[in-house]
Amino acid sequence: MRHLLSIGDLSKAEIEAILDRAESFAEVGRRNIKKVPTLRGRTVVTLFYESSTRTSSSFELAAKRLSADLVSVKAAGSSVDKGESLKDTVATLSAYEPAAIVIRHPHAGAAQLVAGWADAAVVNAGDGKHEHPSQALLDVYTLRRRLGALKDKRIWIVGDVLHSRVARSNLIAFKAMGAKLTVCGPPALIPRGLEELGCEVEYSLDQLGEADVVYALRLQRERMQESFIPSIREYATHFQIDSRRLGRRQLLMHPGPVNRGVELSGEVIDSPQSLISEQVASGLVVRMAILYELLAAGDETPVPATGDGAGQPTPIGQPA
Amino acid sequence: MSPAQLDMRAGKSADLILRNVTVLDPVAGIDSQHDLVVRDGRIAELAGPGAASTDGLEEIDAAGLHAFPAFFDPHVHLRVPGQEHKEDIETGTRAAAAGGFSGILAMANTAPPVSTPADIESLREAARSAASVRVGFLATVTNAMAGEELTEMAFLREAGAIGFSDDGLPIRSARLLRRALQYQHLCGGTIALHEEDPELSGAGVMHEGAVSATLGLEGIPSVSESTMIARDAALAGYEGGRIHVQHLSASESVEAVRVAKAAGVQISCEASPHHLCLTDEAVRSLDPHRHKMNPPLRTEADRQALIEGLRDGTIDCVATDHAPHAPEEKEVPFEQAAMGVTGLETAFAALHTDLVLPGVLDLGLLVERMSGGAAPFDVARSSLAPGSEANIALCDLTAEWTVGENGYESRSSNSWCGGQRLTGQVVMTLAGGQVTYRLRTFSLGVAA
Repeated sequence: MRHLLSIGDLSKAEIEAILDRAESFAEVGRRNIKKVPTLRGRTVVTLFYESSTRTSSSFELAAKRLSADLVSVKAAGSSVDKGESLKDTVATLSAYEPAAIVIRHPHAGAAQLVAGWADAAVVNAGDGKHEHPSQALLDVYTLRRRLGALKDKRIWIVGDVLHSRVARSNLIAFKAMGAKLTVCGPPALIPRGLEELGCEVEYSLDQLGEADVVYALRLQRERMQESFIPSIREYATHFQIDSRRLGRRQLLMHPGPVNRGVELSGEVIDSPQSLISEQVASGLVVRMAILYELLAAGDETPVPATGDGAGQPTPIGQPA
Repeated sequence: MSPAQLDMRAGKSADLILRNVTVLDPVAGIDSQHDLVVRDGRIAELAGPGAASTDGLEEIDAAGLHAFPAFFDPHVHLRVPGQEHKEDIETGTRAAAAGGFSGILAMANTAPPVSTPADIESLREAARSAASVRVGFLATVTNAMAGEELTEMAFLREAGAIGFSDDGLPIRSARLLRRALQYQHLCGGTIALHEEDPELSGAGVMHEGAVSATLGLEGIPSVSESTMIARDAALAGYEGGRIHVQHLSASESVEAVRVAKAAGVQISCEASPHHLCLTDEAVRSLDPHRHKMNPPLRTEADRQALIEGLRDGTIDCVATDHAPHAPEEKEVPFEQAAMGVTGLETAFAALHTDLVLPGVLDLGLLVERMSGGAAPFDVARSSLAPGSEANIALCDLTAEWTVGENGYESRSSNSWCGGQRLTGQVVMTLAGGQVTYRLRTFSLGVAA
C-alpha cells in the first residue's frame, strides 16, 4: 500500500490485514509503556485545513506511539492564511522529507493531488464530502470486535448522507465486508444516484427494526437555512434515533461530533448499545495500523506468534 | 443580409497546388481526387489528379491527404482583454489554425467584459495585426455581464460586433432577454446563450448523478440547462428573435431544441467535442485540468443524445468552447479549479478518432458540422468550390499523434484530451487565402 486515498482502493483482504494489525496495537495499548520504536527517525506531517478533534489527535498520537517525529500544521495560523497554495505548502513541507503526510482538506481530491506532488505516503484524513477512509476502517474494526464478521449484517446509515464523507467511505467499506446497506434520510439529503453504490434508500425510519447496526450521521444546523429540511424540529421528529426507535439488540454508531437532541437523543448516546466511545478508542489503534502499513510493513522480521496460533496478528516490537 | 466581416492579419496570398488531394466538401457536393490549385489566395481550379501544371506554384504532394473546407468555431475564449496570461489573440488564433479552423468567434466574458463599441473596435484592430485566422467578436448582452441593463446593442453592431452573448453566465432575467430580443429587430446580431438556471446549478461542479453521489461533489442537474433552453426558446418564438444555444450537454436540452425547431423558432445550437467524447465517468479521475468545465460532462445517454442531435441536424455545429486557463488555476482540488478546457487544436482529430473511425458518425457529416457554426452568425461558410477564397484544412486521416507531446500553440495546456493518442492530424491550414499553419515535420535528407 503506497497511499491511503480512498477506501475503494483496498480489497477485503487488505482491509482485514490493517484491522489485524490494529488488534496487535490494541495489545501494545494495554502495556505500561505504550510506545514502540517502529518509526523512529522518520517524520510524519499532519496537515489539517479543517477543524478536527478526533481525527487529528488520533493521527498525532498514533505517530507518537510509533516513535515518529511529528510536524503538525493547521491551516489557520499558517502560511495558508497568507494565500499559499496547497501545492506550494506541500512543496515546503516536503523539504523535511516526511515519510507520511496526513491531510484533511475541505475539497474532494486534495489528498490525491498531494500524492501526485509529494514523495511521501499520503493519508486522506477527509477530503471534502468525498472520502474518509481511516474512519471507515475504524468503524469496520469496531463492528468486527462486536459482531465478528459483518457478512449479511444489515446496517442503516441515517441522516445527512449528501454532505457526509463518512457515509461514502463507510458504504464502500461495509459493502466490501459483505454487509447489507440501507441509507435513510430526508430526500433532499440523499444524493441522487446513490443506489448505484449498492444500497437501499429509505425516506423513513419505519423499517429501522430490521437493522443490526444503526449508524447515525451528524446534521449540521445550517442545513435548515439552505432548505434541505424545513426545520430541525421536523427533522428530529422523523429521523432522530431515540430509545423508542433503537431496539435492544441494535448497535448504535456515530462518527462524532454529535448534535445531542438532533440526530441522537441523549439517552441512546449513553446507552449500552452505543459504540461511540469505542469508535474513538479504535481510531487510535487503527491509525497506528495505517501508518505502520504504509511506512513499516515489509521492513519487519517475522516474529513467531505468541499465544494460540493461526489468525493471530503479527506481534509488534518491544516497548521503546 | 451581407455576410459578417471578420478580421485577420494581412499577409501573403497563397499560391500552391495540393497535388492528388482527396477533396471533400459535402455542402458543395465534392468528394473526389484532384489537383487543387490555389492562386492569389483563391481556389482557382479543381483539376484532374496530376493534371495541373506547376506553373511556378508551390507544389505539395497531397496524395493520401484530405482537403476539407476549413472549420469554423463559434465559441472561443481568447481572453483579451485582461487575461493574457491564459491566451491572447495571437496564441489563440495560432491554436485555431493548428486545428484546421479558418474562422472563430471570440466570447465577450473577458476582464473587463466586451461591452462598449470602443472595446469592439480595439479588438478588431488587434485582430488585424495579430490573428492568423478570421476572428469575429461578440459583445455582451448586458453591461459588464451584470445582468441588469442592455448594452448599446446598435452601436456595438455598427462597431462590428458579430452578435451578443453573456457566455459564462446565463441571462437570469427573462424580462431582460425579452428586451434584447425585441431590440434585435433594430440591430440584428444573433444572441448566443449560455443556458443554465443558477438556482438549480447552485455551487455544482459536475453532472448530478451516480458519479457525483459517489464523489461527494455538488451536482449540476440536467434540468438546470434544459429548463432555461425551453424558457428562452419560448421567448425567442414569442418575439420572433434569433438565438443560438451554446454548448448543449444534456439529452433533455437536445429535446428542447428539437421541439423549438419543430415549432419554427429561429434557434440554432452547438455541441462541444468533450461532451461528444467523454462522460461524467471521466470525472472519477478528479482531474481538474481535463474534466472540469461548465456545462459538465454528463452521462452516456446524454452523449448519445448529442451524437443523435448532431446526426439529425438538431445540433447545427461543433463548437470547442476553447477555454484556456493558467496552471495555477487548475493545480487545485477539483471544486476550486477554474471551469473550462482547451479544444481548438484537437477538435477534429478527437471527433475523427472517437466518432468517425468507429463508424458512429460519417466523415462528411463531421466535416459539415465542423463549419456549421458560421451560418447562425451570418458568416460566409468556407467552400472548396472553384472561385472561393482559399479556406482549407488539409488533413492526414491516418497520422497518429499524442496530444501535447510537442506542446501546444495555445498559451494554456488544459486540454481535455491531453496525453491521448489520436488518429487524424491537420497538416496545413489556409485561412483567408493565406497559409496560416503548417505541421512541423522532420525528415532526414539523403546524404549527397
